Amino acid sequence: MKFRGLIFANLFRKKLRLILTIGSFAVALVLFTFLAVVKSAFSRGTEIAGEDRLVVVSRIGLMQLMPISHRDKILAIPGVKAVTHNHWFGGVYQDEKNFFPQFVIDPENQRQVMTELVVPDDQWNNFVKDRMGAIAGARTAARFHWKIGDRIPIKTTLYGGGSSEFNLDGIYHSERPGGDESQFWLQWKYFDENAPAPVKSTAGWYVVKLNSPDDAVRVAKAIDEKFANSAFETKSETESAFAAYFAKQFGNIELLILTIGGVVFFTLLLVTGNTMAISVRERVGELAVLKAIGFSGRAVLFFVLAESIIIAFVGGVLGLTLAYLLIPVIGIALTGLLPPLILSKTLLTLGLGFALLVGVVSGLLPGIGAMRMRVVNALRRV
Amino acid sequence: MIRVDGTGKSNSLIQVRGLDKTYRRGGEEIQVLQRLNLDVDKGDFVGFMGPSGSGKTTLLNLLGGLDVPTHGSITVAGDEITHMSGNKLTQWRARHVGFIFQMYNLIPVLTAFQNVELPLLLTKLSKSERRKHVETALGVVGLAERMNHYPRQLSGGQEQRVAIARAIVADPTFLLCDEPTGDLDRKSADEIMELIHRLVKEYGKTVLMVTHDPVVAKRADLTLHLEKGLLVESGELGVTVGGVA
Repeated sequence: MKFRGLIFANLFRKKLRLILTIGSFAVALVLFTFLAVVKSAFSRGTEIAGEDRLVVVSRIGLMQLMPISHRDKILAIPGVKAVTHNHWFGGVYQDEKNFFPQFVIDPENQRQVMTELVVPDDQWNNFVKDRMGAIAGARTAARFHWKIGDRIPIKTTLYGGGSSEFNLDGIYHSERPGGDESQFWLQWKYFDENAPAPVKSTAGWYVVKLNSPDDAVRVAKAIDEKFANSAFETKSETESAFAAYFAKQFGNIELLILTIGGVVFFTLLLVTGNTMAISVRERVGELAVLKAIGFSGRAVLFFVLAESIIIAFVGGVLGLTLAYLLIPVIGIALTGLLPPLILSKTLLTLGLGFALLVGVVSGLLPGIGAMRMRVVNALRRV
Repeated sequence: MIRVDGTGKSNSLIQVRGLDKTYRRGGEEIQVLQRLNLDVDKGDFVGFMGPSGSGKTTLLNLLGGLDVPTHGSITVAGDEITHMSGNKLTQWRARHVGFIFQMYNLIPVLTAFQNVELPLLLTKLSKSERRKHVETALGVVGLAERMNHYPRQLSGGQEQRVAIARAIVADPTFLLCDEPTGDLDRKSADEIMELIHRLVKEYGKTVLMVTHDPVVAKRADLTLHLEKGLLVESGELGVTVGGVA
């Protein structure tokens, strides 16, 4: 490309300004990518939710318990393949900052319903036989460097408080990309035996496996009708709707992220646009000379746009590389506070597209000005 | 032969007929050039003198296709440029006009070589052909050894010589010089005028030059005087000059 020399010479005209502009792009891209990753983390529950599963909670609220007798009644409804139940354990491992979700599970039905969370058979059998057994997600096990056979002390403030040591019998993996591998499962029998009277023989929520996803609406309606006007009314919805509802408990993350992202975008646009405008204004005379000696207005627009797009591309790639390196580190630091942060190829592509869009828009205005500039007027100013 | 009476032969290189240029400023019309005629043949060297605001630079801009007249026509080598579209005029300038400005107007971030190469980027010449042309042009102006220097590493006179090399590198039909020595000391100015004179005499270039400096104007074959938009005076040897038509 024979104009390469001219474009790059102009690009490196003010090196400090170039470095600062590229730097502002890179920082904005890191922020943009981080926000996008957080948003994706919160909405991932909806994306990976089983299409053939329902979640049944108390109509009053998530924290309200339901009798364990609901299980058989739900199982009797046509279209239901299996039912399992969970409790929130709410324990603390060593320190409160070491948060990870702990669920009391029903070993008899867990594997029939949560089919994508895989535990090797030998580990599972040990867990089923062990009242004090526990299974940890691969991510949590790696986080605390646990291995099978370790004893894990958990202190709980719920259900009368107390501290127990559980035996790590197994480690589960999710077969779905981006699946949750942070949970810690405990035996329902042990929990039920030690729970205070009001909690005994209860479930926090039920997860229902359907014969077909097509049955979801009908079965959800049938479950809620079954318990209507009882002391323990239910609210049944698909797992993805439940995940979306759960994510909303954190506030409107999407709006928050879009707002911050929008501010970042426009700030970046102003910074780059201003830089490009100054850069064009500084060399009005030179651009006029180019036009005088035969370069077309479009060629001048091309030069200005090429500069802003190169800045955007380099800043974008730098920012995305930084984000690629930083996000896993931030993810580890925020483990327990946020769902796993995963920087996907789609997000990287989106980030680069965002950078290039800013590059085009910010170069377009001064570029069009330069394209339309009258040579005679510009030369008079030199 | 240079004529200003509108009776030049039809095959003159540059033919200007009834050229008017009026600017509108704050509702007021200012007539810069009035019914101007001019014929310039290939190889002529014409100087234009006159007080500030007399229309010298406007005339040069019109001849170079940088501005359009209010009335009248300009024909160069058979092409009437007054009715060309913006894009055609741009292409025409690239092919036919070499500009030399008072302030040199080199691109500071490009070397002398790269500055001179600029007009050739618009041609289909290969890289090696472009290099050959640039080296020749810089050789003509005596700066072959300075081709890798940036404008800031050159004196004013050398910068103007690079600008002249840029103006001649694509072998344009004619050169337009707007105060080419206006920013130079006498010695450098003499060197530049010697160079322009050589381009006319040795290389047969056609040059139209605006200047305030009578010493510089003397180097031209003929000096035409512009006053209030009229060509009112002329005089040098070997040319036929008439009054304003």
